Amino acid sequence: MPHPAGPQGIDEVDHGRRRFLTATTAVVGGAGVVAAALPFIQSWEPSARALAAGAPVTIDISKIEAGQMVRFAWRSLPIFVVNRTSKQLADLPGLDPRLRDPHSQETSQQPPYCQNTWRSIKPEWLVMIGICTHLGCVPDYYGQIRPEPFDAHWKGGFFCPCHKSRYDLAGRVFQGVPAPLNMVIPPYHYIDDTHVRIGVNPKGAA
Amino acid sequence: MAAAPDAWKPRNKALAWIEDRLPIFGFMRAHTAEYYAPKNFNFMYYFGSLAMLVLVNQIVTGIFLTMNFNPSAAGAFASVEYIMRDVEWGWLIRYMHTTGASLFFVVVYLHMFRALMYGSYKQPRELLWVIGMLIYLALMAEAFMGYVLPWGQMSFWGAKVIISLFGAVPVIGNRLVEWIMGDFLPADATLNRFFALHVIALPLVLLLLVVLHLGALHTSGSNNPDGIEIKQHKGPDGKPLDGIPFHPYYTVKDLVGVGFFLLIAAFIIFYQPTFFGLFLEKDNFVPANPLVTPAAIHPVWYFTPFYAMLRSIPSKGLGVLTLFAAVAVLFFLPWIDRGRVKSMRYRGSGYKIAIAVFALTFIWLGKIGIGESTWIGDTYIARALTVVYFAFFVFLWAYTYFGWEKTKPVPERVTMHE
Repeated sequence: MPHPAGPQGIDEVDHGRRRFLTATTAVVGGAGVVAAALPFIQSWEPSARALAAGAPVTIDISKIEAGQMVRFAWRSLPIFVVNRTSKQLADLPGLDPRLRDPHSQETSQQPPYCQNTWRSIKPEWLVMIGICTHLGCVPDYYGQIRPEPFDAHWKGGFFCPCHKSRYDLAGRVFQGVPAPLNMVIPPYHYIDDTHVRIGVNPKGAA
Repeated sequence: MAAAPDAWKPRNKALAWIEDRLPIFGFMRAHTAEYYAPKNFNFMYYFGSLAMLVLVNQIVTGIFLTMNFNPSAAGAFASVEYIMRDVEWGWLIRYMHTTGASLFFVVVYLHMFRALMYGSYKQPRELLWVIGMLIYLALMAEAFMGYVLPWGQMSFWGAKVIISLFGAVPVIGNRLVEWIMGDFLPADATLNRFFALHVIALPLVLLLLVVLHLGALHTSGSNNPDGIEIKQHKGPDGKPLDGIPFHPYYTVKDLVGVGFFLLIAAFIIFYQPTFFGLFLEKDNFVPANPLVTPAAIHPVWYFTPFYAMLRSIPSKGLGVLTLFAAVAVLFFLPWIDRGRVKSMRYRGSGYKIAIAVFALTFIWLGKIGIGESTWIGDTYIARALTVVYFAFFVFLWAYTYFGWEKTKPVPERVTMHE
């Protein structure tokens, strides 16, 4: 008797069948590994507790002086509220040629009721999430209209200390900086003249 | 991985009994007393063994730090203060860990530059280089996550910026960032998972990679400052004529390096633990505040060359791409450099100038990356240096591919300067 090529004296190994069985076993096993990996991957998603922490907040803006910026927190995000002076507002349209998106055409960056020259409901009051659209730092407020080391023709705005992105006083991003988009305007509305509700659209707005 | 071919056995009967069932002593012998390394190693060959020493230091001090560290956003900062002030010798253990982290990168960068000097990444050691690069990647992830744990201002904002890099991925970017953080900004969930990765997952990966690195090294054998293969000239006993047993010759040599290294480390740990704000940055002595970014934000010094590239490019997608490409291109070095001659001793002067320029570019980028960020001129210098960084690889390929390199004759046997 010749050497048995397979177990139990079977002469011929059916390589085609062996390959088929190996491949199907690997595919089924692979599918099992992928299915088993999903719970582990999804365990990294924001938890129910993190999702629930995003309730709206009401802020009082009565104490903010003209030209001053005050920070509030909403969902642990910094909310910038700036009481813009008429001089600061007057300079905004003149900056249009130096900006990436002067007319706020990127609709994801502000609600429709703030898609205007001032990016706000009331022209003087800027309400904005103060997070740089580059890599998430909080820009500093440089409200004064005067030459700065980073811009000789500075008309007031925001300067990000991380990667030098610049924004004007409506949170519109300049050209030639790393940040791609204007800063985000959150949904908000006025409860009365001095109280703003952050996280809720005005009545009637989408 | 079998026992030594001459069926070597320990003389001690108890050890021989073990050896018969698990040839562990033969294995150790094969990789120390029976591992032949070139006899012409110089100063640059200290840094591999020093990297392993620092790895051991990081693991031991790290284990003891976890015993008192509290991985939560509310408790992390205070627990680090507690380690520093109230735990017996806690300050020493923590400073050994933080100084070790920076010195790890010092020795790894020198170790990598050694490979550039003597062509240690070239055939047949390409895989050794690639595994080494994987170690470098794992080490960067390990260091980054470790830096987040104390939950100071730099921890928080460093985490925010680095994680946001993944936001540049098209389509899924923002979801990816949320997935990594487990929240809408770095929070408890982020700190906890980074702690798990820092103390369990990445150290295991690092140890595995180090084993593979050594396995690949001992397969092809160590390169040397002459860049010639000692295995090509063997004596009648089958041992390389220009080789000496790693143990005791190089274990003893490395001990001298260890002595000097520990002297420097001790000086830093005892007299200058923050190393002038480079190893521990002053903003990280302030608890994390999600509403205020520190005025001068930059990563620790070992990341700043890449950070300077990112910061100088006026496009988010392109900046992040450049950052990753700057690391990725190093993986391909063995195939970019087509030159046959390994050591710079016998390579063309173009190569020597190029690696000197490359090293200076890297250091200068690092200096800009760590500097205050308001002066606009730095942006243009950093852009130019970024171009030089990548131009090095283009030059190296063209220089060797088109045969512009004028090499010197390589000696048959290693040279000694006695």
